[in-house]
Amino acid sequence: MGNSDGYLKHPASPASRRPAQERVGDWNEIYEPRGPVTRGEQGARCMDCGIPFCHQGCPLGNRIPDWNGLVSRDRWQDAWRALDDTNNFPEFTGRLCPAPCESACTLAISDTAVTIEQIELEIAETSWEAGWVTPARRRRATGKSVAVVGSGPAGLAGAQQLARAGHDVTVYEKADRIGGLLRYGIPDFKMEKWVIDRRLTQLTAEGVSFRTGVAVGDAISWGELQSDHDAVLLALGAERPRDLDVPGRDLGGVVFAMDYLERSNRLVAGDAVTDPIDAAGRRVVILGGGDTGSDCLGTAHRQGAASVVQIELMPAPPETRADDNPWPRWPLVFRTSSSQQEGGEREFATMTTKLTGSGGRLERLHATRVELVDGRLVPVPGGEISLEVDLLVLAMGFTGPRVASLTEQLGVELTPRGAVATDKAFATSVPGVWAAGDAKRGASLIVWAIADGREAARAMDAALTGQARLPTKGADAPFGGI
Amino acid sequence: MRTPDAWGLYEPQTEHDACGIGFIAHIRGTKSRDIVQDGLRLLERLSHRGATGSDPLTGDGAGILVQVPHRFFKRVGLELGFDIPRRRRYGVGQVFLPQDPDQRAACEAVVKEIVEQEGQRVIGWRDVPVDPDVLGPSARKVMPVVRQVYVARRRVVPSAFERKLYVIRKLIERTILERGLDPQGSTHVCSLSAETVVYKGLLTPDQLARFYPDLGADDMVSAIAMVHSRFSTNTFPTWDLAQPMRFTCHNGEINTLRGNRNWMQARRALLQSGKFGGTLDRMLPIIVPGKSDSAQFDNMLELLHLAGRSLPHSMMMMIPEAFEGDPHMDEARRAFYDYSSALMEPWDGPAAIAFTDGHLIGATLDRNGLRPARWTITTDDRVILASETGALDIPPELVARKGRLQPGRMLLVDTREQRLIEDDEAKADISQRFPYERWLRKNEVAFAALPVVQPSPPLRGMELSRLQRAHGWTDEDLRILLEPMARDGKEPTGSMGADTPLAVLSDMAPSLFNYFKQLFAQVTNPPIDPIREQLVMSLRTSLGAGGNTFDETPEQCHRITMPLPILTDRELATLQAFEEGAFETVTLPMTYRLDDGPSALQDAVDALCRAAVDSVDDGFNILVLSDKGVDARTVPIPSLLAASAVHQALVREGTRLLTSLVVETAEVREVHHIAMLLGFGVGAVNPYLALASARALAEDGVIDLAPETAQENYVAAVGKGLLKVMSKMGISTMESYRGAQIFECIGLDRDLVARHFTGTPTRIGGIGLPELDREARIRHARAFGPELARDSALLPVGGRYQWRRQGELHRWNPTTVAFLQAATRGDDRQAWREYTEAADAESDGPATLRGMLALVPAAQPVPLDEVESVAAIIARFCTGAMSFGSISAEAHETLALAMNKLGGRSNTGEGGEESPRFGDQRRSSIKQVASGRFGVHAAYLVNADELQIKVAQGAKPGEGGQLPGHKVSERIAAVRCSTPGVTLISPPPHHDIYSIEDLAQLIYDLKVVNPRARVSVKLVSEVGVGTIAAGVSKARAECVIIAGASGGTGASPQSSIQHAGLPWELGLAETQQVLVQNDLRSRIRVQVDGGLRTARDVVIGALLGAEEFGFSTAPLITLGCIMLRRCHENTCSVGIATQDEQLTERFAGDPEHVQRFFTMLAEDVRELMALLGARTLDELVGRVDRLRVRDDIDHWKARAVDLSPLLARADVPESVHTRQMVLQQHGLQNHLDQELITAAEQALQGGPPVALSRPIHNTDRTVGGMLSGRLATLHGAHGLPTDTISVNFSGSAGQSFGAFLAPGISFALRGETNDYLGKGLSGGRISVRPPDGTRFVPEDNIIIGNTVLYGATQGELFVNGRAGERFAVRNSGARAVVEGIGDHGCEYMTGGVVVVLGPTGRNFAAGMSGGVAFVLDPDGSFHTRCNPDMVELDTLVEEGDMTLVEELLEAHLAHTGSPQARRILDNWEIMVSSFIRVMPTEYKRVLRERRARKRREFLRLAGTPAASAEEPTHG
Repeated sequence: MGNSDGYLKHPASPASRRPAQERVGDWNEIYEPRGPVTRGEQGARCMDCGIPFCHQGCPLGNRIPDWNGLVSRDRWQDAWRALDDTNNFPEFTGRLCPAPCESACTLAISDTAVTIEQIELEIAETSWEAGWVTPARRRRATGKSVAVVGSGPAGLAGAQQLARAGHDVTVYEKADRIGGLLRYGIPDFKMEKWVIDRRLTQLTAEGVSFRTGVAVGDAISWGELQSDHDAVLLALGAERPRDLDVPGRDLGGVVFAMDYLERSNRLVAGDAVTDPIDAAGRRVVILGGGDTGSDCLGTAHRQGAASVVQIELMPAPPETRADDNPWPRWPLVFRTSSSQQEGGEREFATMTTKLTGSGGRLERLHATRVELVDGRLVPVPGGEISLEVDLLVLAMGFTGPRVASLTEQLGVELTPRGAVATDKAFATSVPGVWAAGDAKRGASLIVWAIADGREAARAMDAALTGQARLPTKGADAPFGGI
Repeated sequence: MRTPDAWGLYEPQTEHDACGIGFIAHIRGTKSRDIVQDGLRLLERLSHRGATGSDPLTGDGAGILVQVPHRFFKRVGLELGFDIPRRRRYGVGQVFLPQDPDQRAACEAVVKEIVEQEGQRVIGWRDVPVDPDVLGPSARKVMPVVRQVYVARRRVVPSAFERKLYVIRKLIERTILERGLDPQGSTHVCSLSAETVVYKGLLTPDQLARFYPDLGADDMVSAIAMVHSRFSTNTFPTWDLAQPMRFTCHNGEINTLRGNRNWMQARRALLQSGKFGGTLDRMLPIIVPGKSDSAQFDNMLELLHLAGRSLPHSMMMMIPEAFEGDPHMDEARRAFYDYSSALMEPWDGPAAIAFTDGHLIGATLDRNGLRPARWTITTDDRVILASETGALDIPPELVARKGRLQPGRMLLVDTREQRLIEDDEAKADISQRFPYERWLRKNEVAFAALPVVQPSPPLRGMELSRLQRAHGWTDEDLRILLEPMARDGKEPTGSMGADTPLAVLSDMAPSLFNYFKQLFAQVTNPPIDPIREQLVMSLRTSLGAGGNTFDETPEQCHRITMPLPILTDRELATLQAFEEGAFETVTLPMTYRLDDGPSALQDAVDALCRAAVDSVDDGFNILVLSDKGVDARTVPIPSLLAASAVHQALVREGTRLLTSLVVETAEVREVHHIAMLLGFGVGAVNPYLALASARALAEDGVIDLAPETAQENYVAAVGKGLLKVMSKMGISTMESYRGAQIFECIGLDRDLVARHFTGTPTRIGGIGLPELDREARIRHARAFGPELARDSALLPVGGRYQWRRQGELHRWNPTTVAFLQAATRGDDRQAWREYTEAADAESDGPATLRGMLALVPAAQPVPLDEVESVAAIIARFCTGAMSFGSISAEAHETLALAMNKLGGRSNTGEGGEESPRFGDQRRSSIKQVASGRFGVHAAYLVNADELQIKVAQGAKPGEGGQLPGHKVSERIAAVRCSTPGVTLISPPPHHDIYSIEDLAQLIYDLKVVNPRARVSVKLVSEVGVGTIAAGVSKARAECVIIAGASGGTGASPQSSIQHAGLPWELGLAETQQVLVQNDLRSRIRVQVDGGLRTARDVVIGALLGAEEFGFSTAPLITLGCIMLRRCHENTCSVGIATQDEQLTERFAGDPEHVQRFFTMLAEDVRELMALLGARTLDELVGRVDRLRVRDDIDHWKARAVDLSPLLARADVPESVHTRQMVLQQHGLQNHLDQELITAAEQALQGGPPVALSRPIHNTDRTVGGMLSGRLATLHGAHGLPTDTISVNFSGSAGQSFGAFLAPGISFALRGETNDYLGKGLSGGRISVRPPDGTRFVPEDNIIIGNTVLYGATQGELFVNGRAGERFAVRNSGARAVVEGIGDHGCEYMTGGVVVVLGPTGRNFAAGMSGGVAFVLDPDGSFHTRCNPDMVELDTLVEEGDMTLVEELLEAHLAHTGSPQARRILDNWEIMVSSFIRVMPTEYKRVLRERRARKRREFLRLAGTPAASAEEPTHG
């Protein structure tokens, strides 16, 4: 297989986004659909390399060259089989993944990478439409019962794999709906929520039970959970946000990104929200230049913010790769997210020093310009600035799972950075308890979450049945970076 | 005199020899001194075809066979008091005996005992006078006592006496061996006959007569003398292997020896001969193992002959002509060969064999005609035949005819009938002895004629994929192998080598087939081009019982025949149901039960073998071994294990020839698999799962073909692949390939191999049946085990061809590539450390043999600052041979710049070098000379520091290559001296290296042209490479390169990348061991390459014996290569392996990247040297004591491997050097050109033209080469004006006359030449005509040899006479006129003009992609001898063509005075219509396009509207 000259014949054609002006007016996904002919051609740009760096770059180990080639030959159903073999939720990753595969693509050296993520999404959507995504055949029941705590991508992937192995799986979710970060952390303009619901019907049909509104450690104790099940998978996420430690932090109008996004998502979903955070007409500042910050940015625009400024602590990265950041590593370059494309200002190398306001309400943010000296940020003399602000969203990352009850009730050991400590087989220090996803590795990519869920499920199944029955993504050959 | 036993990595069975042969005979049988003396003179003049070892006075062997000189024996008998009876009433035994008196007495007693036991009488013993003083020290040390024994004939008719003497000899050999009377193995009966006597020994040709004063006696007379001068790859002092043997002397090599010997063993139960009184058991072994191939051939021939067939008849059976596809062959003769193939498989390989029984003397050539044999018949009734012409000086007026043996042909002299018998007559007699045609019609059943039976329906869907899983199939098998085979009917191509672990180090449960590597021909025999020389190849196969080789009855050929050894399902069903005639088929299951105990596999194999033996005893003559019926509880026995075990069991029983083996298996999918089954004795294979898979691919729409077509394509691809596998070993027919076991095993237990793969080398031991059982179960579990994935339609990823996370380990993977690039781009030491750690880390179990080794640090490390410099180390580094063409100019020049800056060396590869690079930093100091000879001319050769002869390359040893026309750009065409757009083919062999003495000749040629350059020879690791390297050292090369099979960057069929050749560790260690053992190491440097990446690799290479190190892949990666492995598609996205300008622009490499790589590498090497206590790398060469096998390996397979043979040291005195210390002696000071250069010095310096005259002899080789080298050094490729230096020669020129002759030099020879005339002709002119006084008709006689104008780039050649085989092979620019040629004329030609004024042999213009030939064809039969694949034939209609031919004829007449040319020119108007123009189709098209383009250009410049330029042009 392989189309060694496809890349010479067909230019890269990434999916086109709807015009910024149009899309900020609604909450729908930002991309336009693509016709079937271009899709095949894009697959034909893949060279089916002797060393597919993309396949290593993908934490899931997606068999990217295989399905690229199949798509280019119009063998969509075979492509689906190959994709489904490594990725439980390609319709999620196809929308949400930052695509480290593409930055590792060999074409990315001196050309434009194959549009892998877009092809993945198209395979997934084509397959849903064609009815190829059906519940997997149920295995003979093992009689073992497994609890999965948390229903984000790691929990769902783990649950699906374990159910397919014939175990009795119950997913516990403290929120009122299943989906975790996917549901309440991701705005609809990046992924509409029916995408989750569609997948959940499959999981349900495969025998996964869901219990929402149950906060383990609270409503039921960890001990109870353990005694009710043969094994427990912790997929709690890393929900503890990094806080801003400056004078004035207590002023009203300073919110965490996740609180902001959750409320917005609920509103979009049509829920009644008692304490909404609305950016309409307000001057918004977002601290944090990452993906969450961008999601807040897009949300603020759609809510009708008067202005939005996104502040990044680090200096702006270069336009192209620096010498010490060679291919195929994750490129540390200046990027513009779809939300950033829609408007707002970006400030780099800016460190917030204090917040001031009156009447308990935030009015002004004070900061100083900084620069990197020997790997450390130092203030630039005379670089003090200040901004008027009504709503300050803190999107500065996460420090780990909320684990108080976990350590108290179960005695699970943590890593120095506050995540759940596990061995290579995802087992925690407590027998019968495994951990996966952000809870284990700290906030990370959705692909890592799904990959962990799958690998943890394999380890749990092996422990429960004595046999390695579930698939694995195989060995890593890491090239540094990401 | 026994060759040493196996030790270390050395395998005695890999010994080779080759040589010069010759005979002289008086047709009327007149005995004389002259014949004996001429025989000895002939021998002396063939000295240069023999060799000496480290002791220059000890030859490899020489000898002479003469008729029993009765008066001589009568006289010497009288002196000793014997009563020698009348002529033919006694036999003479020439015997080597032990020096130890007691041992000798015991052996002599045995002779007496046996002679008497057989009813004959010993008349007495005579000490043969010898002069040991003429011997070299090595030969003298092991000199036997030479004695003659005279045996009187009693109670036997004269016609049976020779047979009786044979029985006596066999019994003597056996008895002495059995009683252990001669522990050194000195005893050897050179001859025991009433007809002939052999004088031979470990001598040089000129020592022979001095050593044996007998040969100088006045009454030592004979009518025939057969002589032999030996060139052995080794110098083990073996007196007995000198030739002539008893009936033959042999120049060449038997490739299928192991199979031939096995089949002899296998037909034991069938061998009956009334002539020997029933079975032959008491004379076993018929074929004495452990002797040379020539000796074993002689063993077989004498048995066939003494059992009742004439010598020519026996020769025809053992070395049949290529009868399968020859439309010109007489039907009766074809029927004879066809019939005889049922009795005996061919002994296949290049061979010129002279044979005699004392009355009849003759010679024959193998079907490929790969050895030279020239004959002269004199008007005084003598016939002289020899490897070279001119070895005996015959006055021109005495020459009646001159000729050469043609492929497969025979020449006979019957001294009793007193006449010469030529091929047709000799063979007509034999092929009409019985009505073979009728016998065949009646008894041979063609498969197509059998009643068809429908097979069960093919597998589909999950059932199919479950079975694929159970048999170890992967997704890659379908995607990368089966799909292209079923779609295109050919094997897929890959690039950049294999970097996966050996099977025994793999955790992927690889199939048993992967534990074996294909062997290939290098140096001592040539591989064949199965496409261009298809006429010698055959896959024909027959099934059924074989017959008694000694009988000739109609029933012997009762068998089923088919065109190739693959059975479709329908054919197998048909076969199983067929019950007519004597065919009885039984099917035996090759499966076992999952729940059987730990010895399940062993029990199953034993049971299968018993069942097979019983079935044969019960009369079944077709055994089908089948793995049908695999299910959740039933595991397949690996089909190769089952088949080979059954084959060997039946061979041991001696009943193997009573049956045929058919294998019905789901396991096989690759060509390699099927080749292995056949190579281990199977008759035909039904690959039912592969066929079902091909069908499924079509039915599922993966390939857009009808299911039947997909299956047919698959079978066709397998057929082509099999031809390739056979031909890379130089084997032509399936009949002789079957059972020949042309494989080496790596990683299997020695006992297992000894029992079930008997005779196959397995030098490092390895896993046995328990581990194979475990692997079978692992594969079975993929289909029936607990894994959920088994229900998926997806197969396991495989990952052998492309890196995959779940697949096989690759040493080049994302980590190693990324860190190496990061390290060399930015001089990033941290990344370099990451790279070397990842590259060396094999913590999860070793992936290479060197990974299993650990360095032994010195007790006293050396301070780092005392270790030699980085520069000194880099001087030993070079980059690999990658041609401009395979890689872009940018990449090629970057490598050259980097290496020149560093003081290392880069390599041109096989593609020439652009002349502007000659003088500057972009020059590659190593210039390669490969089989295609592209751009290899005098100026290229003199601009080199090293000339490298590429005998084989790691990616595809034994194969040729092809650069498709679309890649031949203007620039590449210019440097390769060819036409843009025209495909360039590299032949599999060098057409001037078919054996070791040929290699010596090419080395000499290159050395003559450029004495300052060292000459190196590149070999690929395989069993026996050490022995070849010894031959290379004796051939006077200055460096030998041992390439591992795992490296290799070139494009190649996947099966070659994966399955041919061995890791360098084995080849290097073997080379060091054998070279040191033979004291040949001191005169040659050893270089290793093939996947070297780190300092650890380099140091281990040094410790195993290398002084120098080659790198290819790693430097390419520093330049941006990312292992796309698509080099063959011209689409390299990083601008390295491409000529597309759009892509070469992307090339981002820089010399600094390469420089950093080698510098950091050398720095690391220094650190390891300090650790090992060495100040210089030289101190480490061959120091295996600084290596040990790691003791922390507990991998379940790797721990079974025994690496101690790798670390063995030759047991030699301290005085024997273990690295290169002395210079090779080439004897150039005596070269004829020295004189010419002196005489022409002024002309060379630009002075006035000079004309010279010189006599010349066959010992004057490569005349003109040195003069041309000098001229090219002074004046470059353009040379001097025509005729600046003209030389008239008279006599017989030696090989390579006029090689690389430069522009401005003209040679006119009156006489004749040997092979390789005008090799690499570079612009000079050569003319050859018979000497004055000649009586024969020149245009009817051969006056020049084989392989003329090989690789010529420009110049002219005029020959008033005929040439041998392969005239103008790979000519790319020379113009030539000749008056008749042999087979394969103008093969692979890419340019130039050839005019043939007489007959041509077969296969004219095969692979000819450029240039033009004009052939005089008065009887209109030329088209039947022309290979039409690439050329078109036309009459001469174009004005330009007519003028061209006429002008060339006029020049021919002017330079040679050819009567033939005069006749044609005198009748030009009439004769012109008898010429045929032969022009390659592609070339024609390219020329037409070019003309059109020029016309357009002209018109554009002339201002004419472009539209009119688009009109079609004529012609």
